[in-house]
Amino acid sequence: MKKIFCVFISFVLIIGLLSGCGGSDSASSGDDNSTGKNEEPVAVAFKLGGTGPLTGGAAIYGNAAKNGAQIAVEEINAQGGIKFELKYEDDEHDAEKAVNAYNKLKDWGIQISLGSVTSTPGVATSAETFSDRIFALTPSASATAVIEGKDNVYQMCFADPNQGSASAQYIVDKKLGTKIAVIYKNDDVYSKGIYNTFASKAKELNLEIVSTTTFTEDSQTDFSVQLADAKKNGADLIFLPMYYTPASLILQQAKSIGYDPKYFGVDGMDGILTLENFDTSLAEGVMLLTPFNADSTDERTVSFVKKYKELFNETPNQFAADGYDCVYAYKEALETAGCTPDMSAADICEKMVEAFPNITFDGLTGEGVTWADTGEVSKSPKGMVIENGAYVGMD
Amino acid sequence: MTFLSFLISGLSLGSVYAIIALGYTMVYGIAKMLNFAHGDVIMVGAYVCFFATTRWDLPPTVGVLLAMVVCTALGVLIERLAYKPLRSAPSLAVIITAIGVSYFLQNAAQLLWTSNPKVFTSVVGNSSIKLFDGGLTISVIAIITIIACIIIMAALTWFTGKTKMGKAMRACSEDKGAAQLMGIDVNFTISVTFAIGSALAAIAGVLLCSAYPTLMPTTGAMPGIKAFTAAVFGGIGSIPGAMIGGLLLGIIEIFGKGYISTQLSDAIVFAVLIITLLVKPAGLLGKQTTEKV
Repeated sequence: MKKIFCVFISFVLIIGLLSGCGGSDSASSGDDNSTGKNEEPVAVAFKLGGTGPLTGGAAIYGNAAKNGAQIAVEEINAQGGIKFELKYEDDEHDAEKAVNAYNKLKDWGIQISLGSVTSTPGVATSAETFSDRIFALTPSASATAVIEGKDNVYQMCFADPNQGSASAQYIVDKKLGTKIAVIYKNDDVYSKGIYNTFASKAKELNLEIVSTTTFTEDSQTDFSVQLADAKKNGADLIFLPMYYTPASLILQQAKSIGYDPKYFGVDGMDGILTLENFDTSLAEGVMLLTPFNADSTDERTVSFVKKYKELFNETPNQFAADGYDCVYAYKEALETAGCTPDMSAADICEKMVEAFPNITFDGLTGEGVTWADTGEVSKSPKGMVIENGAYVGMD
Repeated sequence: MTFLSFLISGLSLGSVYAIIALGYTMVYGIAKMLNFAHGDVIMVGAYVCFFATTRWDLPPTVGVLLAMVVCTALGVLIERLAYKPLRSAPSLAVIITAIGVSYFLQNAAQLLWTSNPKVFTSVVGNSSIKLFDGGLTISVIAIITIIACIIIMAALTWFTGKTKMGKAMRACSEDKGAAQLMGIDVNFTISVTFAIGSALAAIAGVLLCSAYPTLMPTTGAMPGIKAFTAAVFGGIGSIPGAMIGGLLLGIIEIFGKGYISTQLSDAIVFAVLIITLLVKPAGLLGKQTTEKV
């Protein structure tokens, strides 16, 4: 019995070895195609790849971005003209696995990259795309470290510092609150990044922060102490730079201790209304800055939301919209630069580095979106407030 | 007043840890193995109850019972498939298998139910008792959890101490070989232990999610680890120890957050744990046993 098992295992290993060889073979033949363009114009579609958490705790973000990008790719391919071939690899929201996933994409022959969906893996893969000269436009890895010092890595989403200072500015401009409490997630670059810029901007604007408390991945169930501190210090607005899952618990626990401040969130708060079985009355009056609103009535958003619901049976969040916009932004940039799918990744990269700072893009997450040559996006965040279980624009 | 409200928060958090720790300690005490998949069985229990009450509109009691039945079956199945073949293997192999089962359950749950978080409807409603003109609030679910903890603790102590099955369990725990020679069906006894442990996990899952209503495939993982810590703190294998360990862990965590720093709360919890284990290596109520050679 054991012998048979050993033989079986060795077979499996041999097959694995062979198929590994096969993989690299096809990749090198792909390279041949891209260099020997005059003889065989085989490549008809741009190979567009990205990594994201498709499984694990952050899978909701990775799958949303992937699904959004997929819809865009299908639409563009159906239009004729530029064609894309999309491939997403799972990184489980882990930096090391993201690099492995990225290497798989390289074996596949990736020409342009969608970077990574989340920030921690994004920092790791963007360093790789920088040294490999593959252009990357990440839908949602918003940490500054993702683009810092890399001329060929761009972001579709607001950078974290922008969100922090924009939120502080917005609160002051609209006189939303005078005594602010902040609860942020201490072990998360996204949350901490926003908090840091929020705090410095608040100081600049003389916005008083009366209570600052934190939580971590391991302690994101009980917020009684944080809320008690905010309440004791008389905060009338709580700023929540975090994703919506812990935020939903904060709303519920604040209600149970009879504390009713205003809440202000950032783009991670988007999605709170899609939480299955969530009591939306808890989120009544919650304000947030978000680039995308699934309830918006403009034609493109309506058609995107409809398609997304048909295909994936859920309402798209901003990650899906960012993924969708990335593909369209690529289409525009590739057309502007006159790139063709038979060009090498490095050539496309140089063209994209020239093209991106000069294009103006209209998408689901913003009109007239432009990029600085640092890779940072410039679009105006929309202030939204939740009323009767739906987003309503505040401006 | 702040002190009292922190104490109450600590007790409610601790009671959830305690109820999970009871299942851990029960399985460890009898089968002498750390069932790291316990936290994930909790998650499955919570999902079953969620679907029963929210999707199929069954009454909460039916939901809880259904969760218990499913979890019991699941626990026995896991034991049969994953742990039984390793009965005579070194304990390290069993621990690794348990971690594997834990990952398997998390990923299976993600495939079945997706990773999108769901909001669990509390089985007893979200009402709370207000004292001192709203200065102090005690949620009903916290009270129920503490009562459930005490009942389960008493029942388990009685069961292992007084019944025939309990006697068989204690015999297996002391020496499997000798127990077998005395005519005890060791495999059956251990299966029963897992069945009870998993049924407790279902109750813990429902109470955990009633108190902290976010439900996703990783819901059980962190409370599972914290509860394991609580079980070690109280003396793993000791049933009252699990309860005391859980409650103390919750209280220390909240006091650490409230009076020292929200950033350091976990560091404080584990510092206390390390000091306790230095002074009492077997935990607060654990029995110091010398290895028979």
